[in-house]
Amino acid sequence: MSVVEVRELRKAYGPIVAVDGISFSVAENEVFGLVGPNGAGKTTTIECLEGLRDRDGGEVSVLGLDPGDAGADLRRRIGVQLQESSLFDRIRVQEALALFASFYPQSIDWHPLVAQLGLGERLKAPFVKLSGGQKQRLFIALALVNDPELVFLDELSTGLDPQARRTMWDLVRSLRDQGKTVFLSTHFMEEAERLCDRVAIMDRGKIVALDTPENLISDLGVETRVVFTAEDTIDAKQLESLANATRVEVSGDRVIVHGQGDRLVSEVVRAIEDHGWRFRDLRSEQPTLDDVFLALTGRALRE
Amino acid sequence: MRGMAQLIVVQFKLFYREPAAFFFTLVFPVLLLVVFGSIFGDIEIEELPGFKVVDAMIPAYTALIIGSSAFMGIPNNTASARETKVLRRFRATPISPITYLTAEVVVFFGMNLVGMALLILVGIVVYDLSFGGFWLSVLGAFVLSTGAFFAVGYMVASISPTVRVATVVGMVLFFPQIFLSGVMYPVQQMPAWMQQISQALPMTYAVELLQGLWFGFGWEERLDAVAILGGMLVIGTALAVKTFRWE
Repeated sequence: MSVVEVRELRKAYGPIVAVDGISFSVAENEVFGLVGPNGAGKTTTIECLEGLRDRDGGEVSVLGLDPGDAGADLRRRIGVQLQESSLFDRIRVQEALALFASFYPQSIDWHPLVAQLGLGERLKAPFVKLSGGQKQRLFIALALVNDPELVFLDELSTGLDPQARRTMWDLVRSLRDQGKTVFLSTHFMEEAERLCDRVAIMDRGKIVALDTPENLISDLGVETRVVFTAEDTIDAKQLESLANATRVEVSGDRVIVHGQGDRLVSEVVRAIEDHGWRFRDLRSEQPTLDDVFLALTGRALRE
Repeated sequence: MRGMAQLIVVQFKLFYREPAAFFFTLVFPVLLLVVFGSIFGDIEIEELPGFKVVDAMIPAYTALIIGSSAFMGIPNNTASARETKVLRRFRATPISPITYLTAEVVVFFGMNLVGMALLILVGIVVYDLSFGGFWLSVLGAFVLSTGAFFAVGYMVASISPTVRVATVVGMVLFFPQIFLSGVMYPVQQMPAWMQQISQALPMTYAVELLQGLWFGFGWEERLDAVAILGGMLVIGTALAVKTFRWE
């Protein structure tokens, strides 16, 4: 069953087309990611789904409702973390949570949530005294306070330090375990790769690719690389002749073996051992969504 | 309803944590009463035997409190909540703009009522206050004036693109009225040309109505003020609701 259905969604601001006829659907209990650079149209898309912006064209259904006219009926059932928002300077963390909880017919006990988000010590702090990361975590908590069926997280890890980002990832996974659907946007490819069941890559108002992160990467046919530092002179020809290798680059003592597939690493290691070469710092570089994105937008730029 | 009640509680707390609003609503009017009451308070009003100047000051300063909420508090609060995208966050919840605005109005109204009560209390304790009207009538005039001016305050907030503009527009509307509408100085004693300006200022009518009912005149003797304030309330509210913007 689809929680979100979008057909030919269009939104323009004057002459600038922010969202240019995109279509996709999000299944129940899925973590769906919109990925792309700033200005790609991610936030506009999300805000059209949340009912915060009127679309110019296309069909949108969220939880079976049209966000254009569903109003409070929809907003009761969704959780929203906006990319840009704020609270009263002098409202305290616990007051904000209690206030937002009171807006909904049902709400969760938010104490464990704020403890998990590391805000347990800041409950009495006024909003204006919070750090950027603490504000962000408070907004995530506010988005979950009504136990929503569908959560929108727009740039969820902006302003978070690496540790807080990992906490956030755990939280998103636990939301999925609770049966919720998560719709997130990010410009961190690593985040999308680790969190999302499916990813839509957006560029200039269009979706340029949509699939699981694994499929996006493998469809691209981007190479795996094995990189190491040679302490002996090595014979590049021997490495080039490996079954999964395509090309070997040697510059000084740096050796890069290009190739395909997961078996490349073991082939290279075995070859090195067989020849008795000494080496250090061996690592493999798998293609990531970053490579997919670069490849796709690069092509888009040339077209 | 639970949401509105919580919002009212939170807005009350925020009011008490906001030094400017607290000062202009609760402290400043009492300071004026103490200072000017000590200077002129005991002077008898010739036209109204049995009343002293201090009796005219209480309703006049009540109009001042209403004006400071309407022209400073409301435009500033609303425009800055909009500019800093606080309103946006509320918009993403199920509460309606009406709920949000009602809660804010209730809090400003309540604080103005407390401000007026403080003035009366100080008047009774420090100066031997005389009152010739009906409490419910004065309260009615207070509600009417508050509603009329708050509506204008929300209009200022809506038409101003930024907080700075809202603040400036509010001050430009408010400050001349403080001095020309009978809040600080009786209109009857002003030169004729100045009186004509006064007649064009809405706060003149709020002062006139509040003072009139305080002294014991009937509503029918202040129909011009009732008509003007009533018109402001109806038209202002309609325009304020129509022009309200979340962002």
